[in-house]
Amino acid sequence: MRHLLQTIRDLWKDPMGRVGIIGVLLLILLAVIAPLAAPYDPEQMVAMPKLAPCAEHWFGTDNYGRDIFSRILYGARVSLEVGIIAVGIGATAGYVLGLVAGYFEGPVDRVIMCVMDILFAFPSILLAIFISAVLGRGIGPTMVAIGIVNIPVFARTVRAAVISAKGLEYVSNARSVGVRTGAILIRHISPNVVAPFTVQATLALSSAILTEASMSFLGLGIQPPDPSWGSMLSEARSYMEQAPWTALFPILFIVVTILLFNILGDSLRDVLDPKLKT
Amino acid sequence: MEHLLEMRNLSIDLSRGKRRRPVKLVEGIDLNIDKKQNFGVVGESGCGKSITCSSIMGLLSFPLSVGRGSVIRFQRSDGSETDLLKLSKKELQKLRGKDISMIFQEPMTALDPMYTIEDQIVESLRFHTDMNKAQMHEAALDMLKKVKIPRPEQILTDYPHHLSGGMLQRVMIAIALINNPRLLIADEPTTALDVTIQAQILDLMNELREIYDTSVIMITHDLGVIAETCEQVAVLYAGQVVEEAGVDEIFHNTAHPYTVGLLRSVTSLGGAQKELYAIRGTVPTAGNFSAGCRFADRCEHCMSICREQAPKLVEVSHGHKCRCWLHTGITREEAAQ
Amino acid sequence: MSEHSVLLEVQNLKTYFPIRGGLMRKAVGYVHAVEDVSFTIREQETFGLVGESGCGKSTTGRTILRLIEPTGGQILFQGSDLCALGQEAMRRRRRDMQLVFQDPYASLNPRMTVRRLLEEPLLTHFSLSPKELEEQVLWMSAAVGLAPEQLERYPHQFSGGQRQRISIARALICKPKFVVADEPVSALDVSIQSQILNLLMSLQKELKLSYLFISHDLNVVRHISNRVGIMYLGRIVEQGETEEVYRHPAHPYTQALLSAIPKRDPAEEKVRIHLDGDVPNPADPPKGCPFHDRCPRCMEVCRQTLPADRQVSPGHFAACHLLAP
Repeated sequence: MRHLLQTIRDLWKDPMGRVGIIGVLLLILLAVIAPLAAPYDPEQMVAMPKLAPCAEHWFGTDNYGRDIFSRILYGARVSLEVGIIAVGIGATAGYVLGLVAGYFEGPVDRVIMCVMDILFAFPSILLAIFISAVLGRGIGPTMVAIGIVNIPVFARTVRAAVISAKGLEYVSNARSVGVRTGAILIRHISPNVVAPFTVQATLALSSAILTEASMSFLGLGIQPPDPSWGSMLSEARSYMEQAPWTALFPILFIVVTILLFNILGDSLRDVLDPKLKT
Repeated sequence: MEHLLEMRNLSIDLSRGKRRRPVKLVEGIDLNIDKKQNFGVVGESGCGKSITCSSIMGLLSFPLSVGRGSVIRFQRSDGSETDLLKLSKKELQKLRGKDISMIFQEPMTALDPMYTIEDQIVESLRFHTDMNKAQMHEAALDMLKKVKIPRPEQILTDYPHHLSGGMLQRVMIAIALINNPRLLIADEPTTALDVTIQAQILDLMNELREIYDTSVIMITHDLGVIAETCEQVAVLYAGQVVEEAGVDEIFHNTAHPYTVGLLRSVTSLGGAQKELYAIRGTVPTAGNFSAGCRFADRCEHCMSICREQAPKLVEVSHGHKCRCWLHTGITREEAAQ
Repeated sequence: MSEHSVLLEVQNLKTYFPIRGGLMRKAVGYVHAVEDVSFTIREQETFGLVGESGCGKSTTGRTILRLIEPTGGQILFQGSDLCALGQEAMRRRRRDMQLVFQDPYASLNPRMTVRRLLEEPLLTHFSLSPKELEEQVLWMSAAVGLAPEQLERYPHQFSGGQRQRISIARALICKPKFVVADEPVSALDVSIQSQILNLLMSLQKELKLSYLFISHDLNVVRHISNRVGIMYLGRIVEQGETEEVYRHPAHPYTQALLSAIPKRDPAEEKVRIHLDGDVPNPADPPKGCPFHDRCPRCMEVCRQTLPADRQVSPGHFAACHLLAP
């Protein structure tokens, strides 16, 4: 807990870190207060279709006459929800696999990492499409699909951290004292994994949001009329010339969100890197 | 100028950011190195011996810098005299590897793994002389023979990772001596080596002294290395010279309690299983030096004056200087006034 | 020391490390790190293991504690073979046998306070009440010269010598019988080395410990050891009572090694035996005597056959053909 507070304090000292923290918090806030802040129901026709941005409809309306601002707010919920849960699935499975592979090495390691390498070899979007084709459409399957896509990166990151931690002299020290394997893993090895793991999680979050947007754009992810930035973009495709704002705002939010998470991840990497600490 | 190198009032600052005042890591160092002299600088880690010698080469970089009022006079091969601290980067570069060269503790990391041994030896020739390729090859080969490397022709084409630590240190010495420098700074040249290899390298350095007119500054923590190679010795403690004398004088008429402690601990004892003489406590860190003598807290002979007033480096007998109240020739009563 | 019984007996210990290559990571060769090493350590005795880097002295120490699995041989600790123990049984056995590491900077977990570092071994091997735990921690920290208020600090807040004290406290807090000290003073300054050596010697008396003391520093080993073994290329080439070996070295390698120690005094006259070349590659050790290609007194037989241990004087053995009757 003390480490967490210290990390946040260090992050705050870094200007980019501060941008990342504020931006991401703002985004989360938007998603949380969406039902209160949204001026209209995101799934109801409330005005003329393809209305340009005006005082009543800040971001204009789409081809069904739905308020784009409200849809963006609700879309933030979907994006973050999918991102967090998908990364949660990928991170948990990857952590366990990486820990096992890294600590025991030998044949167990080779089998796990072989499977991971095969998964890794596919472009993530293709793999996600394949998995969701098997699992079906909708928000649940999308999360699972993106989660599975994320497993190999986490497994690799964790395995590398575990292997390098295992070579540390104080881990040998714990072994020589007679500390149990479980305790060594938790007390002496895991703390070394936390830093690269956290950084990876932040970066994976942005890629998960992007994957969700891409899948929804292709019509595989979130299904209409649920608002998702990707599906909004997909629907806007045909009207881009007549009503560019229908595409502009979802794009803007996707780009800014991903940028914010990347900034946070990069800054976190600097803060958590023990080599940079004095 | 009668000496090859004169260091006057050298101090080195460690910057601690804009808000805090810099810490003096090294203070008031006066040293004279004679021509063809082997000068030993001995002290424990953190005493400032390495940075003192790096400042001669102009190798200090941020956050370290040479303090105001420091002077390092050096006599060049043409007899002219320069203050090394006032030279520009370019002038220093011309001096390095030609008039002054250096060998380091870790030969593995001091050589570039991407180039052959020949490339690395020839590099300094290319920069400092106008030899052609064949001449440089001959010179490199000749140099390897002088440092007694077996199969020199073959070694020239090898890369650093092909050679053992002892061989690499020989290569380093070859590179350092190829331009026949006037001063060679050896920073713990045998610390990373095994004892049998250390003996080889020390013997080699002693032999090469006969061939070259080079003065050597030997930086080490090992009094045994000093005993093997040096004529004059300066003992550093907490950024100051605490004792300086000829090597026999240091070993047989030791004056400073710290030097006494070093000589009496591990390396000087044979008998088994008796309790060893140990200097108590630990070295104070820079910025936490006491106002009095910096060794006072660890000294067996500590007097009240030692805690109040810093002793000066004074001559206790001919050519033997010591920084200790026990040897200032004044009584306690006089000191108290 | 002979009145004490044997605590540890190492017989024909071998440790090979596979060199892996190819797609299936098959072993394509072996590094013979420890080759047929035998010695005994009695109770309350210090056995010094000396040699140059890469001679296998550290690997020997770690193999005895089974931190590295032996390839062959026996390690009899109080009469029972450690190699026969399963992982869990071995883990329990570690209560009686501990390791002090060379590098006090790397061998302590930077995220744990001194108190937690000292508590961990106790909690691992005993079930103690909080009061007993506190008593033990205070007793041990006092024994190595740490103040109670220093217990809440982290390792990086200490100097090298103090960290080594913490390391020693951690190794000794379960009151082991046997301690492998792997270059415990090599990373320290000269003035601190003596402090730590004195501490190790006084704790030995107080806790009735046996040490396997591993070092490349011949002076340090001479000072602390009752008996000594000289290692070269994975083998012990000479062993015996320390003073006997230092005064009358029988093996040419020992002679060369001792002659290479820098003189203690500039006035001392020293005849140095020069060794040519470097230590051979332990993955491809030379045939015959491992030392033959550097030995100044190499004979024809040395190139062909491995010399057996011969007794030079009672308890003093060396493996060299020169000693053949």
